[in-house]
Amino acid sequence: MECNCIEPQWPPDDLLMKYQYISDFFIALAYFSIPLELIYFVKKSSVFPYRWVLVQFGAFIVLCGATHLINLWTFTPHTRTVASVMTIAKVLTALVSCVTALMLVHIIPDLLSVKTRELFLKNKAAELDREMGLIRTQEETGRHVRMLTHEIRSTLDRHTILRTTLIELGRTLSLEECALWMPTRTGLELQLSYTLRQQNPVGYTVPIHHPVINQVFSTNHAVKISPNCPVARLRPAGKYLPGEVVAVRVPLLHLSNFHINDWPELSTKRYALMVLMLPSDSARQWHVHELELVEAVTDQVAVALSHAAILEESMRARNLLMEQNVALDLARREAETAIRARNDFLAVMNHEMRTPMHAIITLSSLLQETELTPEQRLMVETILKSSNLLATLINDVLDLSRLEDGSLQLDLGTFNIYTVFREVLKLIKPIASVKKLHVSLSLAPDLPEYAVGDEKRLMQTILNVVGNAVKFSKEGSITITAFVAKPETLRDSRAPEFLPVPSDNHFYLRVQVKDSGCGVSPQDIPNLFTKFAQNQSTATRNSGGSGLGLAISKRFVNLMEGHIWIESEGLGKGCTAIFIVKLGIPERVNEYKLPYMPKMPTNHGHTAFPGLKVLVMDENGVSRTVTKELLMHLGCDVTTVGSSDECLQLVSHEHKVVFMDINVPGTDSHRITSRIHEKFAKRNERPLIVTLIGNTDKLTKENCMRIGMDGLIVKPVSLDKMKSVLSDLLEHRVLFEGI
Amino acid sequence: MDVVNQMQRQFVDYSTSLHREGILDDQFTQLQKLQDENSPDFVVEVASLFFEDCEKLINNMARALEQQGVDFKQVDASVHQLKGSSSSIGAVQVKNVCIAFRSFCEAQNREGCLRCLQQVTHEYSLLKNKLQTLFRLEQQILAAGGSIPVIE
Repeated sequence: MECNCIEPQWPPDDLLMKYQYISDFFIALAYFSIPLELIYFVKKSSVFPYRWVLVQFGAFIVLCGATHLINLWTFTPHTRTVASVMTIAKVLTALVSCVTALMLVHIIPDLLSVKTRELFLKNKAAELDREMGLIRTQEETGRHVRMLTHEIRSTLDRHTILRTTLIELGRTLSLEECALWMPTRTGLELQLSYTLRQQNPVGYTVPIHHPVINQVFSTNHAVKISPNCPVARLRPAGKYLPGEVVAVRVPLLHLSNFHINDWPELSTKRYALMVLMLPSDSARQWHVHELELVEAVTDQVAVALSHAAILEESMRARNLLMEQNVALDLARREAETAIRARNDFLAVMNHEMRTPMHAIITLSSLLQETELTPEQRLMVETILKSSNLLATLINDVLDLSRLEDGSLQLDLGTFNIYTVFREVLKLIKPIASVKKLHVSLSLAPDLPEYAVGDEKRLMQTILNVVGNAVKFSKEGSITITAFVAKPETLRDSRAPEFLPVPSDNHFYLRVQVKDSGCGVSPQDIPNLFTKFAQNQSTATRNSGGSGLGLAISKRFVNLMEGHIWIESEGLGKGCTAIFIVKLGIPERVNEYKLPYMPKMPTNHGHTAFPGLKVLVMDENGVSRTVTKELLMHLGCDVTTVGSSDECLQLVSHEHKVVFMDINVPGTDSHRITSRIHEKFAKRNERPLIVTLIGNTDKLTKENCMRIGMDGLIVKPVSLDKMKSVLSDLLEHRVLFEGI
Repeated sequence: MDVVNQMQRQFVDYSTSLHREGILDDQFTQLQKLQDENSPDFVVEVASLFFEDCEKLINNMARALEQQGVDFKQVDASVHQLKGSSSSIGAVQVKNVCIAFRSFCEAQNREGCLRCLQQVTHEYSLLKNKLQTLFRLEQQILAAGGSIPVIE
């Protein structure tokens, strides 16, 4: 019997079948959901290179899922379609799986390599990150250094530099404490000079020869030191561990360290010590870049300090120079004042001394002219001689002073050389004959007769030299020679610096004075021309003289661009004084043959009749004033009278002319004229009588001539008219103007 | 400097006008020439002298002519003096009047003399005013630091 009842789907006998059924269901579910997930996530992500593979894989999975799904229907008896579908699905699945498997052979290595590359890139990225970090830090450091340098170098003040360094370093590195120890003057200790936190550090000192300090000084790197080191014990001990401490040396460069061609030698012994402390309760450590920063900053500080030192030096030098300048200026002004005072004194003394001297000499010579007894004459002569000597001395001293400060200038003029020598001879012969010395003069024939130079001073020089020769000779002879110096003879071995160059309008006069006197020893020769220095031998002590003569002569000779020297073979062998001076050659000699007497100028009103004593008589006040002024303008010495009586009273032989302004001729004028004639009998003693008259006619003129007048002038009288009238009158002793 | 130049020009113009009008003649120029640094106030001094003299003489003449019996000799003497003074200073107008005055004196013409005296007084006052103006101009120039220009 077959029953037509519906059989239960699941045969109750196979539990295993039931589990397989469930598993297949879930497999199918999973197989369908995986592609969905894949699609979902791939869609979400943008980077997934193998989409084609995805499709394949998806297909593979879907078909696998389909297979498992269809498998569900195979648990129960199923129709043929299901079987065929199942078969198709399985076939397809097998196909796709194989294809996929084949594809995967290619794809998996790729995927693996992608993975490797990814790893590589990740490593690279990490490395770059590290390097980036490093560069950033370095750049940070560099920026800090630049900023610090800028801060430090923006000032040239030593203290500011150091303070700024500490402050900036403290800020940049977030230090707890930063301190600078400077070497003391002795160089044996380090003294705490600057700190960051404490304003005015008390002068702690640490001996310089500490092992730690030596270690730091021996290298130019920043060195980590122990916080217990004496230089690092700057902060009161805290509860926590003190932070790490680094110390670095700061070279103190001196100026001498900078050679132009070399790098600065860091072999200087002087270092300061900079100590930097990290905050004590942080776990910070000194990084390399921080240490490098510190080292770089230290170098900059060293340079900045040296710059500051240079600046200080130069400021000091400049101040010194300014002080010296001021002192020199003051000294110069004092010297000028002294010179001025001396010149004033000399000028005054010059005048004050010369005036009485002049009086004495003049009066003595006048006295000589009078009648004197022999004793009186002797006395007067002595007075005259002494005062002449004194006058010479005064002149010498004053001349020398003027010579010394270069204010003396030569009075150039044309003169006769022969005359000069003859004058000297004339002056010296009396004294020489008294001493029984024979004086001879020889002038070379080619010596020009006239020369241009300072005649007075040349004569003074010759006189001085010859005078010396006479003074220092007790017996024998004096020879004076003068000639034109030739170029060959101009070069003298004793005066190598004297190289005269003769030219067309100059010649060199050489004068030699040889005496047979006491001579000069060779070692005294240089002192001869020193003023006030005299040879102290017995012969000279009585000779008088101030010792200035040769000094003055030397100055004169130098002014005349020449040279003077003395040759002597020794004591007792006489000496020769030689000098060469430069004289000019005058252009036209014949003009100066006669002494030049200027003619009296006739057109210079003021001195036409200098000092001519005249008497003016005029009753009219106005016209008297006018006439007086007129005559005074011509230089006359005018006496005025207002009446004829006064005129007769005052008239004397001193008056050369009497001017009468007569209003009415004939009355008083007659009387005055005759009285004057009586008074002065001799014609050359009588003053000339001239009348001024307002108008004239022949009769008046004849009358005037008759009564004895010497001249007649018609008014008005102009200045020129009066001048010509007076000159005619004085020349001819009579003047009657034509009518 | 312009002020000084202006004043100097004024001075020259005034001087020339005085000469042109016949109030002063060449003698006055001669006096001005005599003035120099040795006698800087010569002209003023002479002028003052002249004014004094003039006034005295005019008074004398007036008094003499007022008398009943006129002493013409005395008047003549005064006129002569005045003539001399005025010619010394170059006051040509005054001098001319004096010449006329003298002839009236010789003629013993009282009316004429009085007329002349009047004229003389008039001329003298005119001259005095003009000279005083001239001197004032000179002072101004000197005070401004200039120098008196010389008139040929």
